Amino acid sequence: MKPWNPNIRVQAEPFDAAHESQRLTAGRNDVGALVTFTGLCRDEGGRLAALELEHYPGMAEAEIARIAAQAAERWPLMGLTAIHRTGKIAPGEPIVLVVTASAHRKAAFEAAEFLMDFLKTKAPFWKKEHHKDGASGDWVDARDADDDAADRWS
Amino acid sequence: MRPVKLRYFAWVRERVGNDEEEIELPDGVADVAGLMTWLAGRDEGYAAAFAEPDVIRAALDQTHVDHDAPLAGAREVAFFPPMTGG
Repeated sequence: MKPWNPNIRVQAEPFDAAHESQRLTAGRNDVGALVTFTGLCRDEGGRLAALELEHYPGMAEAEIARIAAQAAERWPLMGLTAIHRTGKIAPGEPIVLVVTASAHRKAAFEAAEFLMDFLKTKAPFWKKEHHKDGASGDWVDARDADDDAADRWS
Repeated sequence: MRPVKLRYFAWVRERVGNDEEEIELPDGVADVAGLMTWLAGRDEGYAAAFAEPDVIRAALDQTHVDHDAPLAGAREVAFFPPMTGG
């Protein structure tokens, strides 16, 4: 039950969420549910000029692949795309994309949420804030709420 | 003694002052926790990076591990803060 490979990319360039969604359903009539999640850079009340995303090349792709494989074991998915951007990202721009395809909505919704919970807590990416006043700000702290969200799947 | 590549990310990298280096693993340093203790004794930057070892995450050959993981056979050891991607 897995004649497909997840589409995993780590890239500096923006992505086109609509195009990525269409790729998972193009030419097939068996997909009944498609969930697309896009994570965006917030301006944090106007004080943020950009987020800078550092990553561990090689491990980032490998870790996302491990998370995707777990999702594919757990839910009857028909396709999966995960794209994470790196480098400087301005408020309003997309950072991360997860798309899941399945026959029914429950699997697609749950798998997308699972992927995001583990992308946030296991994939080796770190955010640094750049402030509008020109100051290079702090590294973003990991949130306990994100760990709790990931823990509920175990 | 054997060569190991060390990699540092985010504020661990900034405090160490280097993103990667090759070291000879000293005899007696057997696991991730032992390596952090040894690194912390090298200079002020390393001491600052590893001042709170419980906070630091580690990976051996690009796979997450706990601090009691043995270093035997590992070619690349990475240290970094908790992840904040997504």
